[in-house]
Formats: sequence, structure tokens, C-alpha cells
Amino acid sequence: MPMATNTKRNLVTAALVAPAAAWLMIFLVLPFIAMLVFAFGERAPEGGYQAAFTFAQFARLPTRAAAFWNTMVLAPVGALVCLLVAYPVAYYLAVKSDPRYRLILVSLVVVPFWTSLLVRTYAWMYILGSRGIPNLLSMIGLEDVRLLNTPGAVLLGIVYGYLPLMIMPIYVSLEKLDRRLLEASADLGARPVSTFFGVTLPLSLPGVMTGVALVTILLLGEYLIPQLLGGGKVFFIGNALVDLFLQSRNWPFGSAIAVTLVAVVVVILMVAMRIAFRVAGTRQVDLV
Amino acid sequence: MTSASTNDIEFRSVAKRYGSVTAVSDINFAVPKGAFMALLGPSGCGKTTCLRMIGGFEQPSEGTVYISGEAMNGVAAYRRPVNMVFQQYALFPHLDVEQNVSYGLRQMRPRISGAEISRRAQEALEMVRLGGFGKRRIHEMSGGQQQRVALARAIVNKPKVLLLDEPLAALDKKLRTAMQIELQTLQRDLGITFVLVTHDQEEALSMSDFVCVMNAGRIVQVGPPQDIYDRPASLFVADFVGKTNRIAATVDTGGASVVFADGTRVAAPVATTPSAGAAMVALRPEAISLKRNGAAGTAALSGIVTHRIFLGSSVEYSVDVDGLGDFLVTADRRALGDGDLVEPGDRVGLAFDPNALHVFPA
Repeated sequence: MPMATNTKRNLVTAALVAPAAAWLMIFLVLPFIAMLVFAFGERAPEGGYQAAFTFAQFARLPTRAAAFWNTMVLAPVGALVCLLVAYPVAYYLAVKSDPRYRLILVSLVVVPFWTSLLVRTYAWMYILGSRGIPNLLSMIGLEDVRLLNTPGAVLLGIVYGYLPLMIMPIYVSLEKLDRRLLEASADLGARPVSTFFGVTLPLSLPGVMTGVALVTILLLGEYLIPQLLGGGKVFFIGNALVDLFLQSRNWPFGSAIAVTLVAVVVVILMVAMRIAFRVAGTRQVDLV
Repeated sequence: MTSASTNDIEFRSVAKRYGSVTAVSDINFAVPKGAFMALLGPSGCGKTTCLRMIGGFEQPSEGTVYISGEAMNGVAAYRRPVNMVFQQYALFPHLDVEQNVSYGLRQMRPRISGAEISRRAQEALEMVRLGGFGKRRIHEMSGGQQQRVALARAIVNKPKVLLLDEPLAALDKKLRTAMQIELQTLQRDLGITFVLVTHDQEEALSMSDFVCVMNAGRIVQVGPPQDIYDRPASLFVADFVGKTNRIAATVDTGGASVVFADGTRVAAPVATTPSAGAAMVALRPEAISLKRNGAAGTAALSGIVTHRIFLGSSVEYSVDVDGLGDFLVTADRRALGDGDLVEPGDRVGLAFDPNALHVFPA
């Protein structure tokens, strides 16, 4: 009888896990293996892939150094600026806002997701374009201000687009922060600023880490925002990949770049997780 | 300045309202320097609100809280010379034991040196017998140890008053008793004023010099533990502090005798002259002695034992008294021979000294 229940439980588990496992297998693992194989191959004369084993594609990586550079700079900087903007918002929502309206305020944070990022980024194109802010500035005598197609425009778009993803995890970690710890800190003589840096900030670090890792990783693969607001001048790895796969049909070189990007993401993720876990380890008391 | 300076804490006509809800009102009491005061009452009686007004986490809506003679209206928590042991301790989970304890020292302005900080933190840890535990993480400590860390963290700043919010509620009975003794010792050694909030009457009676009993946002009695127990000011106090039997009764004109609802007439207690009319009488279970039927003619009441609860050093009997209903009787075992346990179903007489009665107007 126990055997039967065990088998049944295993079957249920399998049934629950199978769809996700199949999905990941077909759309993540297999394509990744294909990509690995491609990365060591050659471009067929008519485009696409031709079997080979060569490191030539990786040797050519420096030709896309600008894309790597933009991505590696703008993704973390974007995440950092996001963090600086998001933290006060999350703090206000979790700590200062009236609990009666909190739910409404928090849902307002995600409202932008109801509209496609594409549409919203187009709106920014217009705002930053010659008929937008530069037009207004020219009225007060500031001629020829260029905003669109600059790193600044891409950064702005990034912060705008990814802000909710940064606010949410920080909000969650601040929301579950035990208020009595803040009282204990004040009781022990800490001024509000000391309480923030001594208690609130360290205890919200897991949320900060999650937000930074989430936004950074998504930004590393960003394609849309640099395409629209960078106008081909400020391009990311994502844009380089589109070019290579769809324009020049150099699948092996594109694969090599993609593999390199994945490797970088994995390293960043591991470092971030390690830091997050070290901080989280001290929070286990919450579970006791 | 008034005589308030001989008191570490004083409440003068303090009230606290949240919107239209009154949490506490008309609170007046004073805690002398170096005293151990317990705020005792059922949950929701406002005792924690009072403690939080001392700590500075709440501001009174009316009246004034004085600490060492100084009015504390509008003074923030971090500026007050008091420290608190929080319920469930509120230890900082991201800091180790020593960092928790030295947290208060690191807030001091002007700053004190690192060596001095760690010396004082060590001293406080040794005081609560956690000498070698400084580098432990909080979640590695047991409940009892966390309690001590919270204590050390609160006394390290040498506050004028230590506030304790149900500090022992999370501990098991044995540990609780041990900590009660330890807290008393600590208070004597440090010589600082302790204010304890508890709903546990045993805890309040056993540790404090003064008990302030609260109910429904008001103080109902203040006094030494023995007074509270022996001379409860109201039926509520008699009921809440210790166990009690309630008997519906009438007081004769002139207040010389009390007639129970079943018609039994007993002399009124000599210490008080109760006013005539309907009354409620309280009688402690240990003030009653059981007499086997026929053994003595002195028993005022008689009934049948329904339950016996053996407690080791004593035995509790539930007795269904004729015409009055259930009574609780506690018998000390030394007063009984071992073979003298009364069995459920036995008919017994209940004898008591009329002076043990507490008569309250109904």
C-alpha cells in the first residue's frame, strides 16, 4: 500500500513538472545546444551554418567590441540609476504610504505594463526627437540640442522601462521588514538616518540584489530600446545579434556572441546570488 | 521642579486616543527610583500603550509623561534615557550577538572608542551570562539566549529606566521561572528602575515591588503585590489576580452580616464595612478548608466534590455547593494526610474565616 501511494505521488509530481520541463527542453536547452554547435562552425557561403570545428568566430569577437562595451556599461549603469530612482519609491510605498491606499499605489507601479514597451518607447522617441524637448528648448534660445540617438536617451529609456521591475522586489523586502526593529533602533538611541543605514538598508539588501540582478540580466539582452532611442549609434549586443542573424546571416558568429553573452550572464548571476545568500543567511531568524 | 525627581517615571492625567477610540485615559501613577513596577492587565487593557508612551513610540493625547522629573511630551524615542526589551526581542538579524549588544553604544554622541565599546558590550554580555557568545548569529541562539541578548542590549546604555514588554511570554515555564529570578537579581545589581508589562499575574506578583492593575484603559489598583492579592480593590482585581470564587449575596442593613444567595448568613469581614444591598463576594480557593461531612459543625456551606485536580504540592477540588453552584477549593497537601484525599462524589463541608471574604457592591 505505501508503495502504491509512493508511485502515485511520483506520478503526480511528474505530471506537474512535465509541461515546464518539456517547454524548457524544447525552447531553452535544445536551442542552446544548437547555438553552441553553431558557435564553433563556419558561415555557409550562401549564409547560415556549415559544419566545422573552429575558434575563428570567437577570435572575431573584438569586432563587436562596441556592442559589448555599450551593453556592459549601459546595463549596469542603467540598473544602478534604476536602483537610485526605485529605492525611494519602494521605501515610500512600503513604509511611509497610508496602508489604506497602499495596494492602489503599488498597482499604479505596474500599470505601465498594460501598454506595450514598444509603444511607450515610441512615445519617448517623439518626446526626445526634434519635435519634442529640443523644439521647446530652441524656443528659449538653446539651439541644436540633441537628445535622441545618444547614450543618455538609451539610459533614460532603460530606466523608464525597467523601473517597475526594480521597485517591486525592493518594495517586497521593505514591506516585510519588522517595524519593531526600527523601534528597537530608535530605542537604542539611533537617529532616523542611522536607523536607515544601520537597519533598514541592510535588511532590504536581498530585495536590492534581486532587483539589480533582474534588471541587469534583462538589460544585457535588450534590443528594443537601443534600436529606437539609440538609432543605430548606441547599439547593444541584442542589436548586433539581430544584424548577424537576419541581415548578414552569419549564424556561427552570432552564436559565438550569444554564447559569450550567456557566459557573462551566468557569472553575474552567480556573484549576485552569492552576495544575496550571504545577506539572506542572516535573515533566517525571520523564519524561526 | 516638583517632587517628581524622586520618581523615575510619572504619569499625570495621561490619555491616549486613536481617532475616536480611547486606548487609555486618566492614567496617574509614579514609579520611585530603583523600583520594580509591573503593569498588569488582560490583553487590550492599555498596558502596552502606557509602556510605549514611556519609550517614546507613542505620544499621549492628553497629560504628561515625566522621566526623572522631565516632561517628555514631543521627545523622540532616541532621545529618551530609557531602553526597552521588546516582545519577541526584536533583535537585529543581520548583526551578530556582540554587534546587537553594542548597537546602542555605537549611537552615542560624542562617539566612544571602539575598545571602550567592545569592553562595555562584553561586560553586558557577561552580566547576562553570555560571555563567550559574542560572535554567534542571532538565529543560532535559543529562545532563552535571545532573551538574554535583548536584555544585554537594553542595559548596555545604562538607561535610567528599563522597559520590559512581556519579556518572558515566549519562554517555557521552567525557563520563565529561572528568568524571573534572574531579572530580579539584575534589577537589584543595576539599581535601575524596571517597568514590566505582563498579562501573567504570577509574573507580576513574584517580581515587582509595585503592581499597577489595569482594565479597559484605566488603572484599577496600584499597590504592593501582597496588597493586590489580599485586598483587591474590585471584583475585577480579585478575579484577575489569582483565582477566586464569586458568590452572589446581600449585605444586611448596618453591614454586620452577609447573606449568600442560598440563604447562608455569615458575619461581614471586620476590616471593612460593606454598604447594604446586593453584593458580590469573592473568596480565595485556598481560604476554604474542606471538612468531611460530619467531621465538624463549623462548615458554613456543604456540597459534593465533582472534580479533583492533583497538582503535586496541592490539590484543587471542584465542589458543587448546594444552592450556590461550583466552588474551587485549593488544599495544601501538608494540611492533608496522604490518605486524606477527598474523592469525587464525596459530600464535604466548606469552612472559611469570614474575614477572608471580600465584599463588593454588585
